[in-house]
Amino acid sequence: MKNRKQLAENAVHGVFLLLGLITVGCVLLITVYLIISGIPAIRQIGLFNFLFGREWASTAAEPAFGILPFILTSIYGTVGAIILGVPVGFMTAVYLAKVAPPRVKAAAAHAVSLLAGIPSVVCGLIGMRVLVPGIRALFNVPDGASLLAAIIVLAVMILPSIINVSITALEAVPKEYEEASLALGATPVETYFRVSVPAAKSGIAAAVVLGVGRAVGEAMAVMMVAGNAANMPSLFESVRFLTTAVASEMSYSGGLQRQALFSIALVLFLFIMLINAVLNFFLKRSKEK
Amino acid sequence: MAKNSISAKRKGYIGLMRALMVLSAALTCALVLFMIAYVLAKGLPHITWGLLATAPSYMQDTVGILPDILNTVYIIIATLAVVIPLGAGAAVYLTEYAANKRLVAVIEYAAETLSGIPSIIYGLVGMLFFCEFLNMQTSLLAGALTLVIMNLPTVMRTTQESLKTVPQSYREGAFGLGAGKWRVIRTVVLPGCIDGVITGCILSAGRILGESAALLFTAGVAHVVNGFFAGLAGSGATLTVALYFYAKERGDFETAFAIAAILMLLTLLINLLAWLVGALCKRRRNV
Repeated sequence: MKNRKQLAENAVHGVFLLLGLITVGCVLLITVYLIISGIPAIRQIGLFNFLFGREWASTAAEPAFGILPFILTSIYGTVGAIILGVPVGFMTAVYLAKVAPPRVKAAAAHAVSLLAGIPSVVCGLIGMRVLVPGIRALFNVPDGASLLAAIIVLAVMILPSIINVSITALEAVPKEYEEASLALGATPVETYFRVSVPAAKSGIAAAVVLGVGRAVGEAMAVMMVAGNAANMPSLFESVRFLTTAVASEMSYSGGLQRQALFSIALVLFLFIMLINAVLNFFLKRSKEK
Repeated sequence: MAKNSISAKRKGYIGLMRALMVLSAALTCALVLFMIAYVLAKGLPHITWGLLATAPSYMQDTVGILPDILNTVYIIIATLAVVIPLGAGAAVYLTEYAANKRLVAVIEYAAETLSGIPSIIYGLVGMLFFCEFLNMQTSLLAGALTLVIMNLPTVMRTTQESLKTVPQSYREGAFGLGAGKWRVIRTVVLPGCIDGVITGCILSAGRILGESAALLFTAGVAHVVNGFFAGLAGSGATLTVALYFYAKERGDFETAFAIAAILMLLTLLINLLAWLVGALCKRRRNV
């Protein structure tokens, strides 16, 4: 009797252990699949030619598989989105975490979580119908579908991550720090920016890195506004990101072209893993404080 | 007296920072309001009964999004049905069973990694693993399973958080009365985490509703009205994928905005639900 009960308990324990290990299994599955399917094309094309080739012509008679344009576009696009999005997000976060009256804060928090919930294709659609014609008219360029449009869309899309993570970090700053600063004669605004913000530095850094991760990984919204030509990046030129390079050719690809797309995904994955590692570093540091 | 002691330079700094903060917050809120208003204004007029209740027909040259609505519902149900037990189980393991700290750290690191991976990579691996390796073809089921992996960390996290609020004394009381571990989990712990599971459901449903990149190559783009099981076995576009195709490939912006307006309303609804559940749980805990 006792043995049977013990056996049942162990069985249940085993089942839960298996469930717990599923996430680990998934990460391994994704990693292994990307490496296995990404390596062949890189070996055939050559690592250097693949990463630093300036021309991508996958369907040409003599195909060229250089993904430097995509890598640079992803980097420029992300940097641009960070330059636009971080100041706005950061200032909003300080305002909401420290200054705003409770009602304003609650209303704005709803707005931010709503923004986070808007599907990326809807963002893309708005970008397509508002930004793209706007850029064409404003800057007098032949086509508004460009790196600039993608940067603006990405900046809007990373706002919620930046705001939410920064608010959490700012709210975790011990009250005593701020009280000490106020008691020494600093005004509230000075206290927020010279005491609270430096104290929440790691958390805010984590917010920025999270934004970088979101921007690098976004595919559909970018696909709808960036034009998708495999050009070297330039602000008013139609460009293709790492994500959109995978998405735009996958449906009709075969052979080496298809394998090269997997290799692009592998490169994207490595970028994301690097960003994750940096994110974890900052998150850990902000927790330790 | 006190005011005079602040120099003009400091006053300038304070005024500038304050203005920047208010401007940024206003800009953020204005952006959200503009996006909602724009999509609704452009989309609502094009939502007609014919659009909602029919499948697209090339013969009659009509557009309908009924199959896309059904596909979205199917994929949400299928994904949640799989991800809830898996995610909640994993959370129970982490909070109730796991004794090995290193193992816990590995599992949590894996969950964090999963939540950082872009959806296009999920789509690619889902295509390779579910559609090709497991031979499911391009089907809603393959899409749903891909989304299961994607939403696993969300469900795990929300369940874990609500498990932490179950007082340790409840567990000790149950153990003290002679209950085994599994009985304690079944009768004391699991009922306590129901709000976490519900929150996880709502958040996941929101993510599934908005997901497109992961579904493009796993669930496909067909627009056929099917029953639940036939639908899961076949290829089908969800609302987001349909929006993408109408806007980008067909240039049919009326339909695209109609779908966008529906998606926007559903997003509003999901946010409202999440907020309500959050408020209810808070009240229940305070009682």
